[in-house]
Amino acid sequence: MRMTKLMEWILVGLLVLSSWIAVLIGKPNYANLNWYYKWFPVIFIFLFAVYAVITVLYRVFTFNNCKAAAIELQNQIKEARADLESKGISFKKQL
Amino acid sequence: MNSSIKDISKQIKYNKYSILLPTYNEVENLPIIIWLIIKYMDESNLQYEIIVIDDGSPDGTFAMAIQLQNLYGKDKIVLRPRTKKMGLGTAYIHGIKYSTGSFIVIMDADLSHHPKFIPRMIKKQKLYDYDIVTGTRYCGKGGVYGWDFRRKLISRGANFITQIMLRPGVTDLTGSFRLYKKNVLEELIKSSVSKGYVFQMEIIVRARQLYYTIGEVPISFVDRVYGESKLGSSEIIQFIKGLLYLFATI
Repeated sequence: MRMTKLMEWILVGLLVLSSWIAVLIGKPNYANLNWYYKWFPVIFIFLFAVYAVITVLYRVFTFNNCKAAAIELQNQIKEARADLESKGISFKKQL
Repeated sequence: MNSSIKDISKQIKYNKYSILLPTYNEVENLPIIIWLIIKYMDESNLQYEIIVIDDGSPDGTFAMAIQLQNLYGKDKIVLRPRTKKMGLGTAYIHGIKYSTGSFIVIMDADLSHHPKFIPRMIKKQKLYDYDIVTGTRYCGKGGVYGWDFRRKLISRGANFITQIMLRPGVTDLTGSFRLYKKNVLEELIKSSVSKGYVFQMEIIVRARQLYYTIGEVPISFVDRVYGESKLGSSEIIQFIKGLLYLFATI
């Protein structure tokens, strides 16, 4: 059977989570563990959020603004209307 | 290389493209979009038909379609109206039923999708024998016009989340400017249940699931010239529901 995307996410999530717990439990003295071991999930989520915000904002600001396409379309609308009217099409609204 | 391009343009001549235009209150846009389609398809020497599926627009869209059919002929403009508004998916099924082409082009009739991209999509399809070619606003020279910061942020944010959750291998999932092999589109519509623009998303994600090949052509999306386009909270909720549905089932 194919896994759904939800199942894939749960599977990978559980693998990561259990590895992290194994690292915590496996160490003989918990008190001497580096802080980033203990805070791994929080750090991971934080870094991912930073990545997400930067990526989305970058893409918003670099989203092509197709001004030329809009101008081209406006000109073609006029051209089309003139041509169609000359061929006998009657428009509801006048420009 | 040169000879292969010649072969391709020869092959294109034998294919017929059915362009589906579902309309609702597009009396201003319909003549323009049809004029543009005819201009670009004729320039590229392509065989085509335009199937107008009007859902009983009160503004006279159908009467306009009849005028255009009288001008361009019944082989070019095919009218398949329905009595009331019944949704996009069923409009496509309705249109496909009457289509005589081996390929289907789906686009909006509100001028946000420019017909100049159709010959590019056709060329790309032929070159790699893609099952689907989809227009994309999110890569290459693609883009939008007429969107403010909020609209761009929502669009980019929604796209980012979708890419992470579904890994669809396509950059623009909610766009509805696409070229399909007819049998592929029929199959995809049969297996999709969503409505509205989530329907576009479901179709392309299902296509990947079924191992259909998909090509992309950058398009410039010019937001509605006449009439207004909306993106309110109900659209956003609809999107989130659709995304979660696909996440859990695909």
